[in-house]
Amino acid sequence: MSAASNGRTATRERVTAWTGQAIPRKEDDRLLQGEGSFVDDMGMQGQGYAWFVRSPHAHARIVSIDVSPALALDGVYAVLTGEEAKAMCKEPFFRIAPGAASHIEEWPLAVGKVRYQGDAVAVVLADTRENARDAAELIEIEYDPLPAVVDGVEAAESSAPILHEEAGTNLAWNGVFDYGDIDWALENADHVVKIDRLHFHRFSSTPIEAAGAVVDWDLGSGVVTINTNHQMPMFAAMFMGPTLGVPINKFSFSSRDIGGAFGTKIGFYPQLAALALLSKKAGRPVKWTEYRTENLLSSTHGNERTFLDIEVPVMADGTILGFKTRAYDDVGAYLHYEPLGGVIWSQVLPGCYKLKHIRVDYSATLTNKCPVSPNRGYSRMQHLWLVERIVDTVARELGFDPIELRKINFIRPEDYPYETPNGCVYDSGDLPRSLDMALELVNADYWRERQKELGKGKGKRIGIGVGSTLDSGTNNFGQARIINPELPFSGNGEAAIAKLDLYGEVNINLGTSPQGQGHETTSAQVAADILNLSPDKVTVTVGFEQANNSYIGFSGTYASQFAVTGLGAVMGAAQKLRDEILEVGAYALGLDKDEVELVDGSCVSKSDPSKSIPFIGIANLVYTNNAVLTPELREKVSLTCRYVYTPPFQVPDTTRKWGNLTLTYASQIHACVVEVDEETGEVKILAYAAVDDCGRRINPAIVEGQVHGAAGLGIAAALWESFDYDEDGQLMQPSFYEYHVGTALDIPDIRTGYIESPSPFTPNGAKGMGEGGGGALHAVCNAIQDTLNKDDAIVYDSHNSWERVYNLLKSGERQAPRGVSVLSRVSGS
Amino acid sequence: MITQSATQAIEVTINGTTYRRVVESRQLLVHFIRDTLGLTGTHIGCDTGSCGACSIIMNGKLVKSCMLLAPQADGAVIETVEGLGNDGELSTLQESFRDHHGLQCGYCTPGMLMAATYLLRNNPSPTEEEIRRGIKGNICRCTGYVNIVRSIKAAADSTQAELGDSVAKEVSK
Repeated sequence: MSAASNGRTATRERVTAWTGQAIPRKEDDRLLQGEGSFVDDMGMQGQGYAWFVRSPHAHARIVSIDVSPALALDGVYAVLTGEEAKAMCKEPFFRIAPGAASHIEEWPLAVGKVRYQGDAVAVVLADTRENARDAAELIEIEYDPLPAVVDGVEAAESSAPILHEEAGTNLAWNGVFDYGDIDWALENADHVVKIDRLHFHRFSSTPIEAAGAVVDWDLGSGVVTINTNHQMPMFAAMFMGPTLGVPINKFSFSSRDIGGAFGTKIGFYPQLAALALLSKKAGRPVKWTEYRTENLLSSTHGNERTFLDIEVPVMADGTILGFKTRAYDDVGAYLHYEPLGGVIWSQVLPGCYKLKHIRVDYSATLTNKCPVSPNRGYSRMQHLWLVERIVDTVARELGFDPIELRKINFIRPEDYPYETPNGCVYDSGDLPRSLDMALELVNADYWRERQKELGKGKGKRIGIGVGSTLDSGTNNFGQARIINPELPFSGNGEAAIAKLDLYGEVNINLGTSPQGQGHETTSAQVAADILNLSPDKVTVTVGFEQANNSYIGFSGTYASQFAVTGLGAVMGAAQKLRDEILEVGAYALGLDKDEVELVDGSCVSKSDPSKSIPFIGIANLVYTNNAVLTPELREKVSLTCRYVYTPPFQVPDTTRKWGNLTLTYASQIHACVVEVDEETGEVKILAYAAVDDCGRRINPAIVEGQVHGAAGLGIAAALWESFDYDEDGQLMQPSFYEYHVGTALDIPDIRTGYIESPSPFTPNGAKGMGEGGGGALHAVCNAIQDTLNKDDAIVYDSHNSWERVYNLLKSGERQAPRGVSVLSRVSGS
Repeated sequence: MITQSATQAIEVTINGTTYRRVVESRQLLVHFIRDTLGLTGTHIGCDTGSCGACSIIMNGKLVKSCMLLAPQADGAVIETVEGLGNDGELSTLQESFRDHHGLQCGYCTPGMLMAATYLLRNNPSPTEEEIRRGIKGNICRCTGYVNIVRSIKAAADSTQAELGDSVAKEVSK
């Protein structure tokens, strides 16, 4: 591939703009040599090793805990139980939910009851990880098991066991999102397609580095030092502070390299709080490295969503007027970020289509399962999958080609900026062209011919599918008020500092906590353009340090926004620094500011390039030679320039549930060709492509890598990865033996294409991207649907194991319920 | 009743340096490499031998160091990611990963490099299918494997000879 190699050449030659170049990453040399600094590589003098004791039951009362056998073991420093932890806390964790669920009390460890298999009951500290684990085994806990509820719809029923008695209900949140006039549309449409039930399954992107932390509660200073791979550390601090009674400025969060996160490293602040208390109790630093089974049981799962009673009004020409449904989001046992997922999906309410009449009656319910929190494509991919299943099912039932039906209903390039029924403003795009490109990349015409030749009943069938999706980025946190109008959140932003250091070194530091997205590289590219030097001359501080880096409450790396908020901040800071350097340089050269420019690390006279002062000279004047400057200049210039980028948002109308919920709406079209084995149900991918439109690409190689990664995770989730619980609430996939993560043999080569439709709303024309909108799930399901007969059931689940596909293939001849019906008011279609 | 573990003296040569240590008999080899010797380039991702982040080359064979106890490495010659380069210079394979964006978060990368090194040593001109088979025991969640496969293929195409040289040098130490 040549994009990256071209970039390498470019670093040695002058180019006019670094932005847009696929230069190799600044991060790579250390990571390739095993010199990255990940959390488990860190430690502190005198540290102990922590091991959590976790519940084997999905739901049980804790009758008694006897920690004395553990404390008797040599090498054990301390044990902390839930009751003890609660006694050390000021208050339970902050509640996002309004109403009944606002009464839910969550503490760092379980108190009185356990509510899912893996709920943390106690935590042990010992001199070695082996001794900590031995000691954990010795703790005697008597449980009184209770009935469990493991289904998100059943959890809402009055007969279901209640998880949190203080709330009195398992309903964490309910909201009706109602736009246009769906009742009118259903009464007046030529056809109404009714789908009984669709189910989006539970899975997680399971970064290969699990969670971890080194935590020290220093009793002398009161500073709680937390080195962790949390991807939104100041969000964790805001949750932990009031509970632990620690002011924000007494936390010292830091991270260097983070081994993947995908959203799943947002929800583990209760673990961090428990570790802080353990350190306080033991009077020594605590090191915790989550092990894989612990991660799968208790770290975080993606949202599982069931859609019931879907009704879709369609006109004879294929125009889909909208849809209505009841959605149940199974959010697990505790609300760690939820019920924010209850509004996040509405960023992409009509998907990629001009749907006008939509009603979604949405409920988030608590179940005796691992808590959910954001997972790549968070909450939107579940909804987008629903919309894509609707389009495919309508096509199948009414006899349209799924490709053509998409084109009939797509938002057209000339429609942008396009306001959706709930007030979101899609910024730019070209969906029809993206779709054509994706089909071409998989050579769809060839496979359509092969499909016809092969037919059905010969052992193998071919299916072709597409998925149209959106990667909405840069949240307007005001949408949280649609969940709870009392929440004091709105807007978004990110901070950065650009600095000229003592010897003239250019340094950028960020408020973000990247996990492989190449922030050091892209920050250097945009700063290099503003300061007019090579990105090699721009150092970007590795990782995040609360003490040194600038941040705001939204800082972190999540939700497809760095190219907008993070780079917006870098650009603003670099521009301020450029102005200061020009000001000092002009003074030193005896010129006006508009008579000088920056060239390769010097401030140079535009008219006489022989007159110049290098950055080291500028730094000298400001830092160590300032008596030669005027008092005005001394007052004005610091060479340490902080900038906070904030997007132009307004607070949404919470009554109408209306407003622009994100700044950008990158689109992706995926195309997929599958081969299905009629005897086994095995699905093999024969060709795969994704076309991305994220506006202006800052570094095309990094963008393409994100497209590959999101597609790979989606394909794996569609075919191999699923978290299933039995009726007692036992997780059936507690290790990578059972939870089959896609390997290099499973995931096909992924071809990519791109369109650049610059966003008119961002500082650089870029749109946040990286989540892929679950495009692979949509496309794989659509392709499987394409292999089925007209009298077979519809593809009703986002996860399609061999067994499920086999049953779909047999559903027609078995006369199984199809899960769909059509009411037609006109004949034919 | 749990009894405290026995200890054992072992001698292991890693990237040309010989280490003699007394270890707990139950210590995992990966913990010995990371915690006892401080060679933290080798990572841990799953505890079940499934993910390959801990892959090393031991006595010429690719192994997962979380599946062995430290005493089982007594007398062994081991190569880890820290030994792939040459005095801070990247190997051809490492350069190829950089040039083809074959890594994102970098956590699986050391294990992936060891698996690819082993593959290319035994099959200097692998097909795409052979590359995929060669790294099937190493999980990456960031890249969809696309650019990893490209990186390995490009490294094989460009400089088998150079790779062979550095390997020979390591083995002869």
